[in-house]
Formats: sequence, structure tokens, C-alpha cells
Amino acid sequence: MNNEWPLWEIFIRGQHGMSHRHVGSLHAPDAEMAIKNARDVYTRRNEGVSIWVVEANNITASSPSDKGPLYEPSESKVYRHPTFFDIPDEVGAM
Amino acid sequence: MDRDEAFLQFLLRMGDNTLILGHCVSEWCGHAPVLEEDIALANTALDMIGQTQMWLGLAGEIDGGKSADDIAFLRDAWDFRNVLLVEVPNGDFGRTLMRQFLFDAWHLIMLGRLMKSSDERVAAIAAKASKEVTYHLERSGDTVVGLGDGTDESHDRMQQALDYLWPYVGEMFSSDDVDAEMVAAGIAPNPADLRDEYDALVGRVLTAATLTIPESRFAHKGGRDGRMHTEHLGHLLTQMQWLQRAYPGATW
Repeated sequence: MNNEWPLWEIFIRGQHGMSHRHVGSLHAPDAEMAIKNARDVYTRRNEGVSIWVVEANNITASSPSDKGPLYEPSESKVYRHPTFFDIPDEVGAM
Repeated sequence: MDRDEAFLQFLLRMGDNTLILGHCVSEWCGHAPVLEEDIALANTALDMIGQTQMWLGLAGEIDGGKSADDIAFLRDAWDFRNVLLVEVPNGDFGRTLMRQFLFDAWHLIMLGRLMKSSDERVAAIAAKASKEVTYHLERSGDTVVGLGDGTDESHDRMQQALDYLWPYVGEMFSSDDVDAEMVAAGIAPNPADLRDEYDALVGRVLTAATLTIPESRFAHKGGRDGRMHTEHLGHLLTQMQWLQRAYPGATW
């Protein structure tokens, strides 16, 4: 029998207007406790305004061995990058 | 007893509760069953030490310009005014969380009343502490329910913890001359008046935790008036105070 609590991935939104960002993972018996644990482990120094928790089991990840088929075809296609436009200075950082 | 003396006693009671409980909880640092609980307990302990600085800082101002550190580290056991509940040793993790819950529930209700204190400094400290304690109570209450309504072993341990700690609950609601003076000044409520709200809150959580509250209302007393602490306080102070005792005035 497995007595370990499930693993949860923690996402925190730093400021209003920013998207949630993955900050790490932790163990907890359920989603509510995962939020509480995330509060104690990751937001003690005023890092966040919103917490998402996702049980790690529920995340489907791409496989490292699929790297070739998934990503390499785009490497030789520079025209897919919008790098051929002159951006006026007034626009600022993009 | 004049009002200044009563006010000082009241502040020592508030500050010593959080100081002694904060110290006990800090003993878990590096020893809790899982990393997440270890960090959470350390955070709780730090919150309580922070509250102690405010209560004892104000006590020191009234008591001839002493610092919170002077009061925390240079008094002996008979000068402490914490309730006995907070000096009971940690025991296992379940008992530590049960003690925390029984204290947090009283603490939050008390702070709610103190936010309306006629003394602005007391109201300000209570408002700040109340936000932290709201979270403490949420966490300790959920853990008491999780463990009480958990496995057979965790249920038994939580029931034993409740049976052991319940006789220490009553002291938080006892009243004396200090309380009468604080009520008259509008500074703090009569502790006895908090009991109904406490019983309702604690009853709700312990029922959800499938635990049975002991019927006896017997209460150990002697902490908040300093008449008689348990033998545990002296041992605790030797750990907490040794550095200032061995190296008086040491700073870093």
C-alpha cells in the first residue's frame, strides 16, 4: 500500500495581469491542503496573489524521445519567425 | 490593582501565550513528519513570535522602557503569565496540532474582540495578528479533522490528545481582578464571555473530526495569574533563555 500523499504541481500568479507560472511541486493529501501547503512553501515572502494546484498525475507531458519529430522540423524554417520586420522605436519593448 | 498594573498583566498574558506556544512549535523545525508540515509549523511559530514582539514591546513601554527581549529572556518561570495549555509539551504531531487548534480557536475569538478595544495600540496589534491567526485556525482545524477522521490509529491518537488537553481549555475563560479592570476600561473582554462562541466553533470542528469532547469541565489553572505553572515551563525556559543567561547582552 502506498502511504505517500500525492504530488501536486504548484502555479502562482505573481501580480495582477501576469499569467500563473510553475514554481515547483509538493505533497498534500488533497487539493485544499495542497493550496495551504503552497501558501506556506511558496508565498511566504509575498510572492503571489493567486495559487493553482494540479495533481501531477493529471499532467500529460511530451516525451523526450519525441524531440526530433516534434521540434526539429521547425528549426530550418526561419521564415516562421517574425524577425524580418523593422519595428519603430516608439513601439518599445515587444 | 491600578489600571496600569492591570494593563501590564493583560499584555503579558497575551504576549506570553504566543511566546511560549511559538517556542514549543518551533521545536518541530527539522523534525516534522513531512517537509510541507515542517515549513508550515515553522511559519506558524514565526507568526506567533512576531505577535509576541508587539505585545511584549507594548508591555515593555508601560513597564519603564524595557524591550520585548528583556521581558522574554530575563524573567523566570513565576513571572510568566501564559495559560498552562501552551506550555504542555508537544507530544506527537497530532497532540501538537490539537493544542494549536484549541488555542487558535480561543485566540481568533479573543483578537476579534480586541480589534474593538478602547486602546488603539491594542486594537492595531489585534488587527494585524488576526489575519495570521485566521490562517492558523484554518490550518490546524483542517488537520484536526483530517487526522481525527482519518485512519484508526490517527483517530485514536487525536482522541487521546483531546482527552489529555481538554482540562487545560477552561483556564482561557477564567476571570480575575485584571480582567475586571480591563473590562471596565473597555480594553479587553471578559474571558468568560467568549466561551459560548468557542464551544460552538470547537464543537463543530471536533464533530467533523469524529472526536468526542470529554464531559468534565475540570480546569487546570495557575498559568495566567502566575500562581503555579507546570514543571514543563522551567525546562522550556532553560532552552529558550540559555544564550542570554550565559552571555548577558549578547547581540548579533
